[in-house]
Amino acid sequence: MNFETTIGLEVHIELKTNSKIFSPSPVAYGADPNANTNVIDWGYPGVLPTTNKGVVADGIIAALALHATVEQHTHFDRKNYFYPDNPKAYQITQSDKPIGHDGWVEVDVDGVKKKIGISEMHIEEDAGKNTHERDYSYVDLNRQGTPLIEIVSKPDIASPAEAYAYLEALRQRIQFTGISDVKMEEGSMRVDVNISVRPVGQEKFGTKTELKNLNSFNYVQRGLEYEEKRQQQVLMSGGSVQQETRRFDEKTGETILMRVKAGADDYRYFPEPDLPALNISDDWIKELGDAMPEMPTKRRERYVNDLGLTDYDAMVITQTKEMSDFFDATVALKADPKMAANYLQGDVNAYLNDNHVDLQATKLTPENLAGMINLISDGTISSKMAKKVFKAITNGEEPKAFVEKHGLVQLSDPAKLQPIIDDVLQANPQSIEDFNNGKKRAVGFLVGQIMKQTHGQANPQVVNKLLMTALQK
Amino acid sequence: MNYFKQDLASLHADLVAKKISSKELTQATFDNIKATDPKIDAFLALNEDAALDQAAKIDAAGINADQPLAGIPVAIKDNIVTKGLTTTAASKILENFKPVYDATVTTKLADAQMVTVGKTNLDEFAMGGSTETSAFKQTKNAWDQTKVPGGSSGGSAAAVASGQVVAALGTDTGGSIRQPASFNGVVGMKPTYGRVSRWGLIAFGSSLDQIGPLTRGVKDNATILSAIAGHDDHDLTSSTQAVPDFAGDLNDATSVKGLRIGLPKEFLGEGVNEDVKAAILAAADTYRKLGATVDEVSLPHNKYGIAAYYIIASSEASSNLQRFDGIRYGYRAKDVQNLEDVYVKSRSEGFGDEVKRRIMLGTFSLSAGFYDAYFLKAAKVRTVIINDFKAVLKDHDFIMGPVAPTPAFDLGAEIKDPITMYMNDILTIPVNLAGLPGLSLPAGFSNNLPVGMQLIGRPFDESTLYKAGYVFEQNTDFHLQVPTLGGQN
Repeated sequence: MNFETTIGLEVHIELKTNSKIFSPSPVAYGADPNANTNVIDWGYPGVLPTTNKGVVADGIIAALALHATVEQHTHFDRKNYFYPDNPKAYQITQSDKPIGHDGWVEVDVDGVKKKIGISEMHIEEDAGKNTHERDYSYVDLNRQGTPLIEIVSKPDIASPAEAYAYLEALRQRIQFTGISDVKMEEGSMRVDVNISVRPVGQEKFGTKTELKNLNSFNYVQRGLEYEEKRQQQVLMSGGSVQQETRRFDEKTGETILMRVKAGADDYRYFPEPDLPALNISDDWIKELGDAMPEMPTKRRERYVNDLGLTDYDAMVITQTKEMSDFFDATVALKADPKMAANYLQGDVNAYLNDNHVDLQATKLTPENLAGMINLISDGTISSKMAKKVFKAITNGEEPKAFVEKHGLVQLSDPAKLQPIIDDVLQANPQSIEDFNNGKKRAVGFLVGQIMKQTHGQANPQVVNKLLMTALQK
Repeated sequence: MNYFKQDLASLHADLVAKKISSKELTQATFDNIKATDPKIDAFLALNEDAALDQAAKIDAAGINADQPLAGIPVAIKDNIVTKGLTTTAASKILENFKPVYDATVTTKLADAQMVTVGKTNLDEFAMGGSTETSAFKQTKNAWDQTKVPGGSSGGSAAAVASGQVVAALGTDTGGSIRQPASFNGVVGMKPTYGRVSRWGLIAFGSSLDQIGPLTRGVKDNATILSAIAGHDDHDLTSSTQAVPDFAGDLNDATSVKGLRIGLPKEFLGEGVNEDVKAAILAAADTYRKLGATVDEVSLPHNKYGIAAYYIIASSEASSNLQRFDGIRYGYRAKDVQNLEDVYVKSRSEGFGDEVKRRIMLGTFSLSAGFYDAYFLKAAKVRTVIINDFKAVLKDHDFIMGPVAPTPAFDLGAEIKDPITMYMNDILTIPVNLAGLPGLSLPAGFSNNLPVGMQLIGRPFDESTLYKAGYVFEQNTDFHLQVPTLGGQN
């Protein structure tokens, strides 16, 4: 029996605003429990929410970045449920008219391009956090009211690999807008997954299961791969898939039953009466759209078509907006694009990984990287010398000044090189004879001697040229 | 000292002239409350020490002629939070609850240097029309202690009527200022939705709730409303409309000549007491004699107001009251085994029957499968009712009618019969659904019990209601009659 798979992803993205979505409390991490809270976050009697306009703006930006239609007449709704980390016992969210709908992102799986639809995205508040100990449970409301955007995919994702690619495309586009850090490891991007399989040709979707504990894109893909096979086997052995929530086990790569869903929860959604409806003007959408940075797909096209990068190089450079901006700025300073791309993917990425920092947190600047690349291009330094210069620019040093200070300048002046070459030739008559007898190897030996005499600073190209001229006299 | 018959202006004049100090006035107020409250039980909490301190400070700083409210005592309904002063909403679930912040209205009154003397009784979470659902005490009508004071602002209305305070704040979700004002023969204003900030008002029906003043006269009422109204950054449903000097504007209000008044035939229909009808028809004649025209008009969908209201208000309440879960503050049941126990037992033991009834009604109305037939349908009815009012107010300056179908009824008479109780609100509820201003003022008597008249205006046109009420007051003497409270006053 052949099966087809349908995957649905609900992605929560935490926004990088200064204050919470409905209260003036700061959004910040690492504070003492409940330090970043006020009466609104506590759900105190008599308090009212006020809408952070920046969150609405971010919602519009997300919609635009994901090719969605901005809902211009929208409002908030209440989602009612009891839980200690949910102090009002309702979450203010959007159910009836999400701020964005009918978007898409393009993914590329093994060279095949596909558009994955996004049914809707809405803005809402995060809950607090419960922690449990033996005799007590603790509630920390610091996270309560942190602004989120939830992005819901259409049932277009047909394989775990597509799910991975969709998440990566989503992450990149949102990352480029700057509204979120979109880092799964830090919780600023969270993914809920559901999957169903059905025999090819069956119209009705299969029964879906939900997967939890998927803390990286890799786990999402692995969890889905396991679950896809498990469901197929259940169906092939004549069984039926239960509507249930399953937990991904990182160690075994399997999914384990957590709980069976009895029926749909009834959240009794209704329009939030404490907040006026939002009327989003054309002007505001245009203003935010005009201020949007160039998206990664556009940049990749430019890098490949105009700057001659490979698809792979362009993909790596556009992992983050910071990297891509850095590349653009470096190239704008006349650095060779291919060399700039190589340095960013190679030495720069290695430096970032070794030191566990983001590019924007380092002392590296496009000016200094371009300066170094230009010194290589004009022959002032060799790529070997550049290793030392790169280390210097990671400390914020200006490359030209560093090179001069440490005498790293490559010896390219023929007038200075000629006497050294003459000396070496004079000291090695056997090599000249070998060369004349057709032993090309002798050239390598002579170059080595010249480099030794110049402590490695001789420009190899110039040395080669001068040496060949001398030998052929 | 008994300042029972004085209004804000004369109290202010005495304070400025130093005939009396704020501290003396405040002390006299507490003495009077202690003497009279055993009869009417208007107060849930007194703020004696802090109020006397505040009054002394105000005296020390001196009271100027441009501070019309400085040094004058005021009472606050107990569903409005007051920092450091217990705020219970008359519910066991908030017994002894001391808020850490002030409502915008209490901040504004404090800025005007009014002295908060205490918190008044109400129906639990403002759900009721007789103050009988209070978890703590039964307030009595200031005119007859065998009658209800009305509700839910029964404590505020009885306190003002009995002369305990010259002014009090109430809240009105479906008539809770106007009906007790009517039952106690005082003036009560339910302002336009959005006129007064709801920050610090313990929410019942968020799209309906408004805070407003209860006073003995129209001018005092206007003075207090100007002090508490205005946009508030804490409440996005509060309006940015400019706030007029409502009381100042009354100085040139001498005539209603040329005003067009609508009297809806539905307001004098079946179920309305004959004395009430007579009082309203007499008031209409008074207005006609004063040069206004009074036309019979129709609000054809008024009768659907009660059903729509009890669905919308209860739905919002069912959500608003979920925060009372025993976790962070308020009553928590003892002897609990797990989280669900905390929720179920705390709420079962903490809420009274009427509150539970409305939570269940609202929860049902919002439930999957019922939402469209109940909540959504009610929201549509609301729009129809708004349009009824719009049509009449297009060519009428305001609408007049009774506040409640009957004068105050006997204690215990209706509390066992929720539907009869709900029907009492039939004339006030549509005003909340439409978000319009409604003024209740004394217009007659029935068997020695006050009968109130309701004036309903265009959005944010409280001014016209105050002017029409003030002119009526100038030409009648209902407001001059005061309860004897068993000879206390």
